[in-house]
Amino acid sequence: MVDYIVPLLLLASCLLALRKKEDAYGLMLEGAAEGLKMLLSILPALILLLTAVSMLRASGFIEAFSRFCQPVFQWAGIPPETAILILIRPISGSAALAVGAELMSVHGVDSLVGRTVAVMLGSTETTFYTISVYFGAAGIKRTRYTIPAALIADLTGFFMASLTVRLFYN
Amino acid sequence: MVMSWIFVGIVGISFTFSVFSGTTGLVSGAIASGAQAGITLAISIAGSLCLWSGVGKLMEAAGLTGWLSRLLRPITCRVFPKSKKDPVLAGHLSGNICANFLGLGNAATPMGIKAAQRLAQGQTASDDLCRLIVLNTASIQLIPATVAAVRTSLGCPTPFDILPAVWITSLCSAGLGLIAAYIFGKLWHNG
Repeated sequence: MVDYIVPLLLLASCLLALRKKEDAYGLMLEGAAEGLKMLLSILPALILLLTAVSMLRASGFIEAFSRFCQPVFQWAGIPPETAILILIRPISGSAALAVGAELMSVHGVDSLVGRTVAVMLGSTETTFYTISVYFGAAGIKRTRYTIPAALIADLTGFFMASLTVRLFYN
Repeated sequence: MVMSWIFVGIVGISFTFSVFSGTTGLVSGAIASGAQAGITLAISIAGSLCLWSGVGKLMEAAGLTGWLSRLLRPITCRVFPKSKKDPVLAGHLSGNICANFLGLGNAATPMGIKAAQRLAQGQTASDDLCRLIVLNTASIQLIPATVAAVRTSLGCPTPFDILPAVWITSLCSAGLGLIAAYIFGKLWHNG
C-alpha cells in the first residue's frame, strides 16, 4: 500500500497540472530551484551544528546523557538514545536535523532507534520557533495556554513515535 | 541570539565533559570531521529535497490545496467556529492547514500569519488563535520529505516505509494537543 503512495502522488500531480493546462515540467524546475535556495540557506547552520553535535558525541556526553535519562525513558517506552533529540527538537529545526542525522548514522537507519528518530523528526515541529513567528506577527503579548498545549502535543508525538515504531517494525 | 547560546552551550559542555572523561583528543578530531559531515549531509539530501520542492510547486498549481481544503471544510469549521461567518478567514485557515499537510512550508506560513492576524483581538490570544498555533506546532504532513532524504542519504532502500507511523503519530499529537487546548480554554477564562 505505502509503496504506491509516493509514485502515485507524483503522477497524479503531474496529470492534474497538465489538465489545468499548467506547464508541469517548468513548475517542477522552478520548485526545485527554490528547494536548492532553501538548502543553501540552511547549509551554514548544518555545518556549524553538525560540528557541535559531533563534539558532543566524541566527548561522551551524549551517551552519558542517554544513560542518565534511561530510567524515565524506559518507563515511557521511549528509546533513551533519543533524549538529546527530544531536548533540542522544539527549539531549533536545523539543530534537530543535525542531531537526528547523527543519531540515524550512529545507530543505523533501519534500527529501532534510527526509525524512531525519523518518525519523531517527521511528525513534530520546531514548536517555540513557530509560536514566536505567529504571535510576533499577530502582535500577541499574552499567549495564555498555547505553550503547555503545544508541549503536550510534542510529548504525545515523541511517545507515539516510539510506540508505533515498536509495534510496526519489530 | 538563542542559537548563539545553544552553540556555545554545546561546545562548552563538550569541552568540559571531555576534560573530565579524557576524550579531548577525540573532541578535537570531531571538530574537523563534524564540519565535513555537515556539508556531506547537505549535498546528499539536496537531490530529494529539490525534487519534493518541485513536486510541491506542482501540487499547488494543480489545485490540490484547494481541493483538499474543500474536503476538510467540516473539520476546520468545527475547530475554528469563527471561520463559519468569515469566508476570508476560512480561506486562510484551510490554506494554511492544507499547505502544511502537503509540506509546502513556504506557502503555509504566510497564510497562517494572515489567519492569525485576523483572529487576534488586542494583545491576548483568543481560543481560536491558540488552537491554530497548536495545530501548526503539531505538523501533520503527508510526505516528510526532509527526513526521507536523510534516510536515503544513509543508504536506506525504502525511505518512505515510515509513513504510516508518521501519520498516526502526527494525528495523535495534533488531536491530543487540540483536546488539551480545549480543556485549558475552559479553565483559563479571561487569562
